[in-house]
Amino acid sequence: MNRGEPKLRLQASPLLRQQLTTRQAMLDVLLALMPATLAGIWFFGISALLVLSASILGAVVTEWLFSPAGYRGSRLNDYSALLTGLLLGLTLPPALPMWMAFLGGAVSIGLGKLIWGGLGQNLFNPALVGRAFLLATFPIAMTTWSAQSAPGEFFRIGSSTLAMPFMQPGYDGVTAATPLGLMKFERVSTDLWLLASGNSTGCIGETSGLLLILGAVYLLIRRDLDWRIPTGILVSVALFSALLLLSDPERYPGPLFSIFSGGLLLGALYMATDPVTSPLTPTGTWIFAVGIGLLIVLIRVFGGFPEGVMYAILLMNSATPLIDRYTQPRVFGKGGSSR
Amino acid sequence: MSRRKEDPHAEFIKGLWRDNPVFVQVLGMCPMLAVTNSAINALAMGGATFFVLVASSFLVSSLRQWIPRQVRISTYIIIIATFVTVTDFTLEALAPVVHKELGAFIPLIVANCMILGRQEAFASRNSVRLAVVDALGMASGFLFALFTLGAVREILGEGALFGVSLFGPDFEPWVIMILPPGGFLTLGLLLLFFSWLRERKQRLAIRLEELEAEPK
Repeated sequence: MNRGEPKLRLQASPLLRQQLTTRQAMLDVLLALMPATLAGIWFFGISALLVLSASILGAVVTEWLFSPAGYRGSRLNDYSALLTGLLLGLTLPPALPMWMAFLGGAVSIGLGKLIWGGLGQNLFNPALVGRAFLLATFPIAMTTWSAQSAPGEFFRIGSSTLAMPFMQPGYDGVTAATPLGLMKFERVSTDLWLLASGNSTGCIGETSGLLLILGAVYLLIRRDLDWRIPTGILVSVALFSALLLLSDPERYPGPLFSIFSGGLLLGALYMATDPVTSPLTPTGTWIFAVGIGLLIVLIRVFGGFPEGVMYAILLMNSATPLIDRYTQPRVFGKGGSSR
Repeated sequence: MSRRKEDPHAEFIKGLWRDNPVFVQVLGMCPMLAVTNSAINALAMGGATFFVLVASSFLVSSLRQWIPRQVRISTYIIIIATFVTVTDFTLEALAPVVHKELGAFIPLIVANCMILGRQEAFASRNSVRLAVVDALGMASGFLFALFTLGAVREILGEGALFGVSLFGPDFEPWVIMILPPGGFLTLGLLLLFFSWLRERKQRLAIRLEELEAEPK
């Protein structure tokens, strides 16, 4: 009976399979974010780790709770909820109470992703939806920045981190203004090397610019990242800032300060590039990126808030379907010069 | 037109739950979102709407033989506006603080599509008794919805209900809840919850039918 291996193998197409799965792409981004995450924990102490864990837990628990019973395992296994939770956590102030971070994670997944129909259906970046909700809900806690932990205080957990659910946090650590806040309200610039190395005040994951770039280079090599989006954002921010600097060097920050301060690198490299909420066509991607860049500078310089990356990305997210629609390439052999 | 059997009980329950004007029909959204930032405002608005709806339904139903078809909408509006004016002045006399909070939204009850809808769809073609029961049901449903929304928003937004603090002075208020986005968020989540309840009930009914249809 034994006829050995068949000589002709019949198989339905597709015959070539790509190795890239959702799970692999998410894992790549998680890996790319690790250096910046570890740096954030190093700079802000164990409190930052607790905040990150709370937001990840909120995201994962919500994903589990609202997935159909039979799909729970596979939904969690693609790591998208984990990544959303981590991205949200990286944009939170290090002294935020854990219960707020947990709530933010739950809102990210619940209102940012699942309510739209799940992975791939959402209009807005889920992590930023969670952050926008938290900023509108707890404006004071979301803009209280703790200074970096002093030597030997790595394991000290601030009392605000452990605040009881629904209760006000009490701050016992040293608070400080972010470089952008200093720039906007006191016109004090911060040394560029401090900004790039991460030795400044801000959200957990946004301070270490060089490590964020390192992670993005890994993603570029793995081809998980659309290079057009970060390039478009960085170039448009730099050009716009340079123009402003030329018009009045006393009032406006320079291009390098604009790029390395606040959440710009985190947003441009990891959030605006979310394949679900950014346009598909190359032309559309450029429009999207330049729009984000211009909005960031507009909000930072002329708006009420010191930071505008989140609102810029969310606004351009909402324009994504429109951009996609107007930048569709002509299908070969169909249609004339105009539709 | 065949005479339907009058069932006042069913007409009442319909407005309160099955055809709830807010959670099921999604009518009257403007006052729903604008004045529900606290439980007391929501109750006042619900009470005012309650009175206007029941009184106009009664009058429209009593006059239904004499209202000419061509001008029926404007007639309903005049009747509704009369009762709204009565409510407006009464509220201003009895509770000036609440009246000031509600502002333009009391006169705007005239334009509440739920009230006009009940006149056109129900009061103008049913007996006075049924019309009043229907109005009572719909108005209770509206009041119930307004109160639910107002209570949720006040509890989360200020940690209080009817101005009485629930969690002590250390409560961290959810600022968004008393702002307009909080109204939209809460309403959306409540609609989601009621749709889920409805769908679940339908699923159960289908399952039950299947079980009964199965041969023993």
